Amino acid sequence: MDKKEWPLWEIFIRSKSGLSHKHAGSLHAADAEMAIEHARDVYTRRNEGVSIWVVKSSEVIASDPEDEYMFESAKTKIYRHPTFYDIPEEVGHM
Amino acid sequence: MDNHNNIHSLEAKFEAKIDSEIKIEPKDWMPESYRKTLIRQISQHAHSEVVGMLPEGNWILRAPSLRRKVALLAKVQDEAGHGLYLYSAAETLGISREELYQQLLTGKAKYSSIFNYPTLSWADIGAIGWLVDGAAIMNQVMLTRTSYGPYARAMVRICKEESFHQRQGYEILISLSRGNAEQKKMLQDAMDRWWWPALMMFGPHDSASTHSEQSIKWKIKRKSNDELRQDFIDATVLQANYLGVNIPDPKLKWNEERGHYDFGDIDWEEFWNVVNGNGPCNKQRIKDRKKAYEGGEWVREAAMAHAEKRAKRKEEKVA
Amino acid sequence: MKQSLINYIFQLADNKLILGQRLSEWCGHAPELEIDIALTNIALDLIGQSRNLYSYAAELEGKGRTEDDMAYLRDCEAYRNVLLAEQPNEDFAYTIARQFFFDVYNHLFHKELVNSKDEQLAAIAEKSLKEINYHIRFSSEWVIRLGDGTEVSHAKMQTAVDDLWDYIGEMTTMNETDRLMLAEGVGVDLNKIRTAYFHKVKEILAEATLNIPEEEPFQKGGKDGLHSEHLGHLLTELQWMQRAYPGAQW
Repeated sequence: MDKKEWPLWEIFIRSKSGLSHKHAGSLHAADAEMAIEHARDVYTRRNEGVSIWVVKSSEVIASDPEDEYMFESAKTKIYRHPTFYDIPEEVGHM
Repeated sequence: MDNHNNIHSLEAKFEAKIDSEIKIEPKDWMPESYRKTLIRQISQHAHSEVVGMLPEGNWILRAPSLRRKVALLAKVQDEAGHGLYLYSAAETLGISREELYQQLLTGKAKYSSIFNYPTLSWADIGAIGWLVDGAAIMNQVMLTRTSYGPYARAMVRICKEESFHQRQGYEILISLSRGNAEQKKMLQDAMDRWWWPALMMFGPHDSASTHSEQSIKWKIKRKSNDELRQDFIDATVLQANYLGVNIPDPKLKWNEERGHYDFGDIDWEEFWNVVNGNGPCNKQRIKDRKKAYEGGEWVREAAMAHAEKRAKRKEEKVA
Repeated sequence: MKQSLINYIFQLADNKLILGQRLSEWCGHAPELEIDIALTNIALDLIGQSRNLYSYAAELEGKGRTEDDMAYLRDCEAYRNVLLAEQPNEDFAYTIARQFFFDVYNHLFHKELVNSKDEQLAAIAEKSLKEINYHIRFSSEWVIRLGDGTEVSHAKMQTAVDDLWDYIGEMTTMNETDRLMLAEGVGVDLNKIRTAYFHKVKEILAEATLNIPEEEPFQKGGKDGLHSEHLGHLLTELQWMQRAYPGAQW
């Protein structure tokens, strides 16, 4: 018989108010409620969080790592960075 | 581009990443043997955490004070967590936790042999924390820099959490060393039984280790078995002296020239014997894991069945 | 008054230690890793709560005894936990049923205890309540999952509920100590929470599609030191080291 495994969930934790949720790891749970509870037990045992997001791993859509030119165009646009512009030092911090 | 060239260029790109310390991530192309090596090593590591819960769990109910009890409980719980992080890291390589469990329960996958030794007294809990976790940390710190991203991240988390484990064990032993004659005897007895198995944890000599060379080349491992073993001994002797405990190795001696301790020969026959299933507790450990796995099957199934029912009801409501 | 208060604290603390010890038996053996971690968390909460209470009892007593003396050097008849807490794990369904029956009580009880005239007790209750909120969520959800899961899980859950039902009345039945402490404004009026207790229990069992036993739960005695055979074995293990090596420091 093909056993039905508990699906895998990706866990995101906000470590304190003001910061964004960050990927902490994954775990197995039968449903979303259980995933939240497990995430609390597994990933916040040492007071690491104030908020939890859970997302079914199968529902995460990722970019293709083989698509190596995807980020190429941004690399050459150095004028998007402040260091591209010459401002005399006397002007002070800008 | 023909297929042949394609594989070659992918391989070259992979090697280049390894050389320039760029981590490999789950969906990146990787040689099949790299994937296999990782699955083997990560799952072996995960199984060790989970099987390792058993010898220590053996003393949770009998812990001699409430303070010791909660510390041990929290430590063994961490090991469940570490097993979980590592299984998850292995799962990113395209194998399910279910398959990994099966490999453990059928004896196909190995776990650290140290957990095939019994915990016979409370002092063993101290010795495991100090020596076994101490040895494991040597390995784990190295693995935080391993080339596979999810494995390295799991190890960073694990190392952070492990930091109390060794202290927990050593503190138990300090209490024994300051205790009565029976407690001191208990301490020495644990030292006598755990010292050599702890040294064996680093695996066979570099010359006899089948997987080592390739693993170092791929930066999965970053130090050899013998290097790690030496680091461990050098760090541990002073701690043993502080406890006033005798290290059961007459050949152990500081070597000024090498800047390291020399030590006696490891009984490799015993090592292989335990690896091959004939340790004192190999059968018992797998039997316990099987019992938990099989005994829990109806629970896991029920939770799935209920989740499906609930999802269906929700759908019906919406419709 | 002081002795009654100490007895009252033992009633609370012993429930938590004994149940914590029972839950610890699962560590390394639970149906799934995630559940292993969850059960241990609850065990740690309960044992932690018992430690606060034992320390308080020791302080009140004023004889220089410690939390460990309280836990390790009292024999069965001095233990004041309810019979439910000491019942064996049997299987996961029993463990969940026992936990659920206890959590519902423990939750209602602590919601009242925070108003105790005894400030220290009220403070401990306040802290404990935050943890208990989570316990009751965990155990109720599992009762529902197992009751309304598969045929197998339903049957196992029903057996556990039927078997443990006899033990659930004791928690909301007043004994002498409860009455004395209530009169002092320190303790909780169990009659007041009894109705809410059975209401909540029945509500969750119904949601779990489980039959609600009809008979009146009749087993009691634990709160007065009259225990089932199980407690002796549990204490044998719990107290082994302190009994085998009297006076040793660990």
